[in-house]
Amino acid sequence: MIAEFGLAALWLAAALAALQLIAGALALTPRGAALAGVVRPVAVVQGLLALAAFGALILVFAETDLSVKLVAMNSHSMKPLIFKIAGAWGNHEGSMLLWVTVMGMAGGFVALVEKRLPEPTMLATLAGQAFVSLGFYAFLLIASNPFERLSPAPPEGNGLNPLLQDLGLAFHPPTLYLGYVGLSVAFSFAIGALVTRQVGPAFARAMRPWVLAAWIFLTVGITAGSYWAYYELGWGGWWFWDPVENASLMPWLAATALLHSCGVLAARNALRAWTVMLGVVAFSMSMIGTFLVRSGILTSVHAFAVDPERGSFILALLAINIGGALTLFGLRAATVTEGERFRPVSREGALVLNNVMLSAILGIVLFGTLYPLLAEAMGAKVSVGPPYFNPMSAIFFVPMLVVLAVGPLLRWRRDTFARVRKRLALPLLAVLAGIAIVLAIGDVAVLPFLGLVLAAGLAVASVLPLRDRNLRRTPLPVWGMVLAHFGIAVALFGMASESAFSVEKLVAVRTGETTRVGPWAIRLMAVEPVAGPNWTALEAQMLARYQDGRGTELRPQSRSFWTPPQQTSESALLTRWNGQLYAVLGGEATDGRWQLRLWWKPFVPMIWLGGLLIALGGVLALAGRTASDIRRLVARDKIAYRRTRQGR
Amino acid sequence: MTEQTRKTSRWTIWLPLALFAAFVVLVLIGLFRPAGRDVASTLIGKPLPAFDLPPALPERPGLASTAFGKGQPRLLNIFASWCIPCRVEAPQLDRLKRMGVPIDAISVRDRPEDLRGFLAQNGDPFQSIGADDDGKVQLALGSSGVPETYVIDGKGTIRYQHIGEIRPEHLPLILEKLKEAGR
Repeated sequence: MIAEFGLAALWLAAALAALQLIAGALALTPRGAALAGVVRPVAVVQGLLALAAFGALILVFAETDLSVKLVAMNSHSMKPLIFKIAGAWGNHEGSMLLWVTVMGMAGGFVALVEKRLPEPTMLATLAGQAFVSLGFYAFLLIASNPFERLSPAPPEGNGLNPLLQDLGLAFHPPTLYLGYVGLSVAFSFAIGALVTRQVGPAFARAMRPWVLAAWIFLTVGITAGSYWAYYELGWGGWWFWDPVENASLMPWLAATALLHSCGVLAARNALRAWTVMLGVVAFSMSMIGTFLVRSGILTSVHAFAVDPERGSFILALLAINIGGALTLFGLRAATVTEGERFRPVSREGALVLNNVMLSAILGIVLFGTLYPLLAEAMGAKVSVGPPYFNPMSAIFFVPMLVVLAVGPLLRWRRDTFARVRKRLALPLLAVLAGIAIVLAIGDVAVLPFLGLVLAAGLAVASVLPLRDRNLRRTPLPVWGMVLAHFGIAVALFGMASESAFSVEKLVAVRTGETTRVGPWAIRLMAVEPVAGPNWTALEAQMLARYQDGRGTELRPQSRSFWTPPQQTSESALLTRWNGQLYAVLGGEATDGRWQLRLWWKPFVPMIWLGGLLIALGGVLALAGRTASDIRRLVARDKIAYRRTRQGR
Repeated sequence: MTEQTRKTSRWTIWLPLALFAAFVVLVLIGLFRPAGRDVASTLIGKPLPAFDLPPALPERPGLASTAFGKGQPRLLNIFASWCIPCRVEAPQLDRLKRMGVPIDAISVRDRPEDLRGFLAQNGDPFQSIGADDDGKVQLALGSSGVPETYVIDGKGTIRYQHIGEIRPEHLPLILEKLKEAGR
């Protein structure tokens, strides 16, 4: 029953999306004006129905209703409840349902709260949102129905993959999805603004909180994903430039650029066409990234990994949505009047540079991700990795850091370098000190060297905007900016330090023997078998001592699962304020010695700490903007209220 | 901003659309291009990875890696009922079966009812069929698509990987590889 209820809710939601699209579009014409009142309520109900469908899916997963095919294929009655629930979105159909649910809810929320934009722009925005949603509803209902029944129902489900029973993995994808789909609102705002030719500060202010919220989720999602890969894969690496990672990085880069250009448009009414363009690009990157990952086209070419029907369907959706939006942009961009002028040396100028650099990095990542496909079309098989991505993105990342240090100190409209020169003395001093320290330590490669030195300068420069300010009266968004920029310095320091100072050791030792890695002395005490609920493992007991201080126990495992048969290594981590010890247990050599892989990675946790600081900066900015929006709304209502009373 | 950007803006506004169109074309080429046949698998000469797959059809046995390496070379075919080239390949597999070559199969992301239809229509040369519902075993075998066929020798070592469908003109090649594996 619950499954049928969910399916019905999904069909109704799709029908309402169609109604929202048609009513929104007709209401823009003179004869359809009467329909304008329908659009907002329909958008709200559509969102609620999508939520109901998603709730139904979670219910059938929670009670393991094996007569639902999706549950039978992806769940198991023995799973802990939390993983049963997470199983609802841990598969293709469920994740697409989550996608439309978030889209519908976001659209409904916009319809409820957004009152600043002119009504026609709102109607066009909601119609745009409905149009995109409708495509995904069609995809769900036609090609990936999550509520399909299975008859006869199997006695047990076949989804007890223990590797996926990891809390980080259960909540990482939905976090990214919130980010991806949050950008759909920016996309729809861009469509609405283009259709009604209302690109201006009001549009930017309406769009900004959505971009900010989506960007926060993307930042958290990418940070968490990177940490997960680091501790779970047992390679000691934290970023692999893998297509899945790039798929999340590309929307983040576009959203970061959009966030900054939104600021320019809201404050100075400049960069109009560019901001609209980025609004389209950011969500397009989300869709392209999801498509590349879901279709499997990058890993397998001679048959769609998922299956051909779905892949072609998503590609068609992409072509219609993105192609349509870009065509609309091409037709309307020429009529979007130019915004306010500014000099190259100004806050706007710096933000334009930031946007150019971010777009360039985005282009590099996109090209690198697609290159294997391009090469294969030409008849060669290649894979693209860090040797391409690292130096190529550094070409633009390094100057961007300089702009990032200087930009926030510049005034709007026009400024001179002479004015800010004195203020830059402090960061320059930090850079020089950094150079001296790194040279004293010894041999460091070019990129990590640049990273360390620039991180030092940026850390100092990022807090400079707080100078000469009354800290208590400094608006929250400024705090947010400072924190986020400081977070970039922290993360950069972690990355450069990891790359420059990591010590790796691969040894074979007998129990009772001691080996050294960096400042650590590690003694292998014993290797013993242990058993878990659905695995057995060999567990090493090691005693690690930092500079011969007190010992701490480490227990890395080499696990064997039997459903499905698979071996994993559970690395053991030991975190200190100045770095992390990373231990992996390998196999047993023939002579009774054990292979150990040990890393000492100075300051590596800074990478993720920095990521979280960046996200926290976003949260502060969002809180500040929302609070001032609410204050402004309340004030306007008060004025309106007084006027009506005086009128009487 | 400056005069120059204003002049160039007419064609630059269509640039994103052009780039996107190029992306779509690229993906379409990728989708419909036949498989490259020059890929030499790194698994050749290595033992067959261990796996144990449930039956793809409830009435038939499943497939485990232990079925191989019992002295006689065997073929391992990876296919799916939704895969069109697999239909093209079916008559060749049938001929191999009639020549006495033992063939096992792994069906990838399939449904029993679809699979039954496929076998009824295209012939059924397989001794056992394992169901690989999430493609994990396929991946472990170094196979990235369907159909693919492996020659496994009597010791359980992978001797040859055939990517794409076996066409009639490939039959001598397959038989040659089987003979080599039998030595």
